[in-house]
Amino acid sequence: MSGQDAPIVELRNIVKRFGNVEALSGVSMTVRKGEVLGLLGDNGAGKSTLVKTLAGVHDPDEGEIIVKGNARKPWTPLAARDAGIETVFQDRALAPQHSIVTNIFMGREITNAVGLIRVQRQIDEANRLMREIGFTSKVFNPESTVGHLSGGERQGVAIARALYNQADVIVLDEPTTALSLTETQKVFRFVEAVKASGRTVVFIGHNIYHVWEIADRFFVIDRGREAFEGEKTAFTGADHLIEMMHQLAETGKADTDTLVNAA
Amino acid sequence: MSDATPAAAKPVEAIASAVDRRKEQSHWFRFYRRNGRALNAFLALVLVWAVFAVNNPVLFLNPVYYNAFLFTVPATIFLTTSLVFVIVSGELDLAFPSVVGAAGGVFMYLVVLEVPVLAAFLVTLGFGALIGLGIGAIVVYGKISSLVATLGLNFFILGLVNLLAQGRTISAPDAVGTFGNRLLVGKWELFDTGLQIPNHFVWALAWTVFCYVLFKYHRFGVRVQLVGDNSESARQMGINVERIRVGVFIFSGIAAAITGAVLVQMANMVWFPTSGKAYLLIALAALFVGGTPTWGGVGTIFGAFFGALTVTLIPSGAVGAGFAGFWTDFLFGLVIILTMVAHRFSGARVR
Repeated sequence: MSGQDAPIVELRNIVKRFGNVEALSGVSMTVRKGEVLGLLGDNGAGKSTLVKTLAGVHDPDEGEIIVKGNARKPWTPLAARDAGIETVFQDRALAPQHSIVTNIFMGREITNAVGLIRVQRQIDEANRLMREIGFTSKVFNPESTVGHLSGGERQGVAIARALYNQADVIVLDEPTTALSLTETQKVFRFVEAVKASGRTVVFIGHNIYHVWEIADRFFVIDRGREAFEGEKTAFTGADHLIEMMHQLAETGKADTDTLVNAA
Repeated sequence: MSDATPAAAKPVEAIASAVDRRKEQSHWFRFYRRNGRALNAFLALVLVWAVFAVNNPVLFLNPVYYNAFLFTVPATIFLTTSLVFVIVSGELDLAFPSVVGAAGGVFMYLVVLEVPVLAAFLVTLGFGALIGLGIGAIVVYGKISSLVATLGLNFFILGLVNLLAQGRTISAPDAVGTFGNRLLVGKWELFDTGLQIPNHFVWALAWTVFCYVLFKYHRFGVRVQLVGDNSESARQMGINVERIRVGVFIFSGIAAAITGAVLVQMANMVWFPTSGKAYLLIALAALFVGGTPTWGGVGTIFGAFFGALTVTLIPSGAVGAGFAGFWTDFLFGLVIILTMVAHRFSGARVR
């Protein structure tokens, strides 16, 4: 197994129930180091349960979570973060009346012994993180108010915040939903930069074209189970992937024989 | 014709962006944008003072006139600057007047028992923190709206104090002029000007600076702001939202205790159960005149300080300036409304 293909996160037979409803019925998913994995599925397919399981919000009822070769139990948001998995939720969890730097260090301020904030160190660190993902502009700086930024830029703040704390895996929950074309391109640039830094990205999306453009591999979930997965090269194009998603929605089964078997 | 539109739009955009850049670069513009609300509060104070001074320059340019002002204003400063934390966190505290009264009573009880003034003062601060903890715990863990809970608790604590005191006042004339008493509320003259600076005004200044540093540069203050801005995101990022909320009530309790202990000493060591009752609306008015918005997340300590000066100046200053006593409420309301409009110009809520 080469370094590129080494699994960084493995979910094995994950079952999650809410009362009588089984949201996930034995999902196994592997996230490989350094890839951008596109996670797709219709509404109610179990996508957001799977994301919350990755984030540690849900502790699965059955199954195993293995991060960097070690099984993790108990599985909590803190445990996920300690394991190097940072999740950027759809609502981005930002404080709009405050500066970029205050948002990046929310809950993890750099302080001295009596709790006073080291302002310059935080600004320097914010600058470094923002440069790392190409999130720079003449119009704003770390002290700009988040509420004045565009949707894509706010996503940049959330991604920069996820990078602080040396995260290895960044989970992006529908980062381009409700964004314009140019804003979506901005988010793609951030994701490319995160990937270029050697980190792993799990990209959850509604818009299949968006996910197609950014992901290296796809994992499709349907009714709480894995429907199919495949490298980007296994599809002839975005339309091929969409065609299979349509089959899945109509017949409950996609014709995986059409996948090109990449060596 | 079809390509006229972009050509016409271009110079407009160019000018607009050039203006934006000029604004961005101007040091003063940036300073105003960051501190607009505090500056508005300062301007309101200067304006009110100027109106009074124009009406009666002899009185208002005489330093001696400000002796009474400097003597009474610290109580409002202690309360208002600390309430900033409560309002910014998204809560409301209407119980602080009762804590002022109760803390004054505790302080005097100890002084009558011949506990040294400074020691009694420190114990009183601890008492304020404890009551604040109780109020905060009821609001936060009882999941009751802080408006309703603290309204009820204000009556409850005030009533309890009345029951215990049975209408009696406490006085300790022997403690007047002791070291601790002079250190806390003694007076000294500023260079032969006739202006008497009370020590509790100096303490109020120090308290304001302390609040400013705590609010702006300490982890606690920054988290108070974040909790008030978006408590859900603060929670997601691992901030203990409940603890921060209880913390602001503890802080408010400590400030009310300081005020209680200072008020009885300003009255030459006489305590009566309702001391503090008068400060409820004054302190809140000062806070909002000071530019802290009602919606939480942001606020200004120095603005609150200027607000406290303004609301204290209006009633006495109006009479000094020759307005009949009937005018004071009207002027008070006018100033509050006008400063609210001015603050509106420094920006609505950012979402």
